[in-house]
Parts: sequence; C-alpha cells; structure tokens
Amino acid sequence: MSEVIRVQDLQKIYRMGDVEVPALRGINLTIERGEFVAVMGSSGSGKSTFMNIIGCLDRPTAGSYWLEGEEVATLSADAWAHIRNKRIGFVFQGFNLLSRTTALENVELPMMYNGYASKERHRRAVEVLDLVGLGQRQDHTPNRLSGGQQQRVAIARALVNQPSLILADEPTGNLDSVTSNEIMGLFQHLNRDQGITVILVTHEPDIAEYAKRQIVFRDGEVIADKANEQVLAVRAEA
Amino acid sequence: MRWLMTFRIALRALARNKLRAFLTMLGIIIGVGAVIAMVAIGEGAKATIRAQISALGTNVLIVLPGSNVQGGVRAGTGNVTTLVDSDARAMTRELRSVAYASPVMRRQDQLIAGNLNWGSLVQGVAPEFEQIRDWQIDAGRFLHDGDMDSAAKVAVIGQTVARQLFGADDPIDQVIRIRNIPFRVVGVLVGKGQTGQGQDQDDTVMIPYTTMQKRLMRITYVQSIVVRAVSAEKVAEAQEQITLLLRQRHRIAEGREDDFTVRNLSDIAEAAQSTAQVMAILLGSVAGISLLVGGIGIMNIMLVSVTERTREIGIRMAVGARSRDIMLQFLVEAVVMAATGGIIGILLGIGSSQLLKTWAQWPTLVSPSVVAVAFLFSGAVGVFFGFYPAKKAAGLDPIDALRYE
Repeated sequence: MSEVIRVQDLQKIYRMGDVEVPALRGINLTIERGEFVAVMGSSGSGKSTFMNIIGCLDRPTAGSYWLEGEEVATLSADAWAHIRNKRIGFVFQGFNLLSRTTALENVELPMMYNGYASKERHRRAVEVLDLVGLGQRQDHTPNRLSGGQQQRVAIARALVNQPSLILADEPTGNLDSVTSNEIMGLFQHLNRDQGITVILVTHEPDIAEYAKRQIVFRDGEVIADKANEQVLAVRAEA
Repeated sequence: MRWLMTFRIALRALARNKLRAFLTMLGIIIGVGAVIAMVAIGEGAKATIRAQISALGTNVLIVLPGSNVQGGVRAGTGNVTTLVDSDARAMTRELRSVAYASPVMRRQDQLIAGNLNWGSLVQGVAPEFEQIRDWQIDAGRFLHDGDMDSAAKVAVIGQTVARQLFGADDPIDQVIRIRNIPFRVVGVLVGKGQTGQGQDQDDTVMIPYTTMQKRLMRITYVQSIVVRAVSAEKVAEAQEQITLLLRQRHRIAEGREDDFTVRNLSDIAEAAQSTAQVMAILLGSVAGISLLVGGIGIMNIMLVSVTERTREIGIRMAVGARSRDIMLQFLVEAVVMAATGGIIGILLGIGSSQLLKTWAQWPTLVSPSVVAVAFLFSGAVGVFFGFYPAKKAAGLDPIDALRYE
C-alpha cells in the first residue's frame, strides 16, 4: 500500500500577543491508501489544527507534510487551492452547502473551479448523487432536505473530483443517532467498496468505532494510535 | 473558460438575491437615466438655440449709424443720420464678401383695413431683404426694384397681420391704411413663428424703404442696413470691408472714430451657445453626482454581501477556489450590477427624454456618445466600487470563513 499522508515532526504554534500557544508539538504519522482513520481528542487537543494542516488550509510552524509523496507544506496558496480542489474532499459538521442552490449545483461547485464542460459536470454530479443515494433529490435546495440528506450532498460534493482522501470534520455532530449511523455507513461503504481513504475527526468515541484505526490527540501530541479490533458494523444498510 | 465560469457563478449569485440586486442597481439606473435625460435636455436646448440663430442668419451683419463724435459729445447708436441708402448699394456693388444689403427702417404703427385695425411693426426694406432674412412668399410677390424707384404704396404682410385684418379673406389687392396712406397688399409671407425671445416674427408689414422715407417718416437717411455675407466664414471679412468702405464713403480721416457700428450676429450666437453649454454641463454634473451615489450604493451592498457570505466564500475556498477566483467573482458581480443598471438606465433615459419630447414638447437630443460614455462609466463605477469589497472577500482566511456564523 502506498502512503497518502506522511507528517514528520509537525508543529504549530499560535501567537496570542506575546504568549506562544503550542497547538501541535511534533506529530509523526503515516496514513496509507484505503485506510479509515478516526482522529479523536477533546477540544483543544490539537486535532482540528492537525486537520487544517492536512487539508492544506493552514501552514505548520515547523515540520514536513507529504501528500502522496509530495511535500506540500511549503507550496503557494494557489497550489493549495488546486490540491483542495483535486485531491481532498471536505465534509463538515455544519454541512456547509450553499443555500438557495440546488443539490446538483452544490455538487457541481468543485468542478466549477477546474474547467469541466457543463455536460461533464452535470453527468458526474448526477453520478455521485446516485452513489450517496440522493439521485431523486438533485433539484432540491438544502432547506428542503433533512440534515442527513444535506450531509449526503456534502459527501457527494467531496467525492465529485475523485480525491485521494476525504477529510470529515465531526460529520455527525449535527445529526441524530439514527442518521449518524446511516452517514457512517456511507463512509464505510465508500471506504470498503470505492477504496477511498477517509480521515474522520470526532470527539465521540462511539462514532470512532466505525473506523478501522483510531488516533488520539491530547495537548498537541498523539497519545494513542491503534487499530480498531472490532469495527462497528452499520445496523441497517443506508 | 475560467472567466466564463466566474461570470456564470456571479450571475447565479445575483439571481439568488434578485430583489437586493435590483435595489442595488436602482442607484445606477437612476444615475445613468438622469445623466442621459439631463444631457439630452441640455443638448436639445443647445440645438434649438443653434437652429434659432441660424434662422436669424449667422452670416447676417447689421450696420447702425452712431458713435459720431461732435465736439466731444458721442451720440448713441441709432440717433444719427450718417447712413444713406447708397451705402447699402455700394456694399453690394463693391464688396465681394457681401451677398446682399438692404436698408431697414422700422416703426410701430396702427394698420387699418376696412373696419378693423391692428398695431404692428412696419418695416421699410429693399427687395434684397427677402434673401437676407430668408423670407418666403406664401401668396403674391415680394417688393421689387420698381417699387423702390417709384416709392410705391404697396405692402407685403406677415401671417399674423393677414389673420388679424383679413381673417379668412384673400388679402391680395386689399388696401391697408397706415397713417391715412393707403397701401395695396401685393404679397403675403410664409409664417416663421416666434423668435427665441418670444417675439412674433409674422406680426409685420413690409413696405419699400423709399416709401417709408418719403411718405411716413420724411427723412433722407436710413436707420440701419442689414447685410448678408456670402457665407458664415466670410462674416469677419465682410465686417472689415464694410468698415473700410464706409469710412471711405463718409470721408473719415485716419485716427478718427467710425460714425457707424457694424454688429455681427455670430457674437450673439456664441454667447447664447455658451449659456446653453453651461446649462448642459450643470445638468450633466448633477446627474453625474447621482451616478456616483449609485456607485457608493453598490459598494455598500457589496461590503454587506461579503460579510454575509463569508461562509460561502469559505466553502468555495475549501473546494478549490483561488483568492483571485473569489476576487473575480465579486468584481464581476459588482460590474454586472453596474452594467445592467447602466443598460436599464440608458433605456430609461432615452425613454424619458422621448416622453419629454412628446408630452412636454421639450426639444431633447440623445447623443450616442453620451450613451456610450454613460455605459462605460457605469461599468467603471462597478469596477471601482466593487474592487475594495472583492479584495476583502479574496483576503479572507478559509478556516475563519468556514467557522463564521
């Protein structure tokens, strides 16, 4: 298996006036293609900072980050935008869909920034909406969709450019347990059947149970990194 | 490709908030509409003044007696007796820059025809007066040289006089009495309407200047001579030559003042034109200010919009929009609003100036250059006032933008 992510001695220090607040104190990690990783930790543990750096949204203060073998921590902002567009799919806690915009157009959004022809955009958006089980609701705007459906649209949007990995930041934080179970089932399905690497950030241990590997952060350091022996199976297929 | 996409993204963003987009555009619509309409009114006024002046004849000169110094006392123009009809004939005969010259005597008199009477302007003129003032004959004939030689008691009357004295009857060969002297009507003039000052040009009677001199006024000099230069370009030359000729004819020694004044209508024309120009500039700048206010409106809404759509900007950045894509999107939104407002404003401006023309009879004139400038200016307003908000949007940190509530 090839490496998707490798970080070495990754550090992030925030400056608040004269005070330096370390958020990450030297992280060393490797994530292989096809893994399903849960990044856990309480708030302030540094897991969000880690996610931002992995997602090419924020720069580390020190250390190196290779994405698929390429050092990306030092690239330009435009190069990062390109990486976020082509190689990383984001799923957020608050769904972050454009309001007053149909599900289809929301899914097409990433393709707007890399020059797909309109027909091709449409075809692929319909394809991934089918994949997440929303083929029938492509013309609905987010306010006419349930939370679970909105998160499915967001997952479709994350998938549409066939990224190397999906970064999901508390994807079930705004959902009830039944819907959470469905969404986690969808991630498992994508990981198992499509071979997509999924990195999930959560502070809920029971959500982390769906992942194959669990990494625990505390005070800016990794305190545990273990394989999940008993991956939680989805109770009802989504 | 990327440009086209950005354009489409911006259009969709605007379509999502139609009412706001329209209200924002309204500032530009009103601004551009006002510019077009105001400039059209100004230009129309200018054109009207130009037309009125050329109807007066821009190549017309007026020679008045005057500035005669007698023992240090300078009489005002018109009160002296230095001009004679042979001066007029000499001008036509000897000066190549002069096309026609005619003595003109004027007095207000009461006209009587049958049991009707009417006060009107009686003008004693030569046959050349017809060409000098561009009069046309409606019926009968104008005065001719024979009338001059015999000091004939004939008259050519204007439309107003014909209407007042003869109503619907044919005035030709009817008799008008002026100061108890009977004049036979030989011609009726085509109506000219009012002058710019509101004087009725058709309220006049023209008789031979010789008749006027001998029978009505009992004088031998003429009150004034009107001259038509061969072209508008030759007016200055004619003015110079007339001055030389008259100094020579009146035997005015070197260094002495003229005993006449030559007036040039194009001076008056220029003054009137520049007044109209000032008015046009004034109207245009007031309208321009409203366009500026419209631009500030766009900036205001764009700033609110950037703050309100911070999350959207964050999402777009997260899925791969570069700073310049965001910048371009907001800039295009501002420009599209300004340009669309500009187009609607242009239509509104043209429409309202047409309306003013039809309903209020204002002489408006929409010039294509003003339309083009207004459109380009509204686009420029969009770029100028959209730039700062767009820059602000592009400078957002995606992490902060995504977290923004």
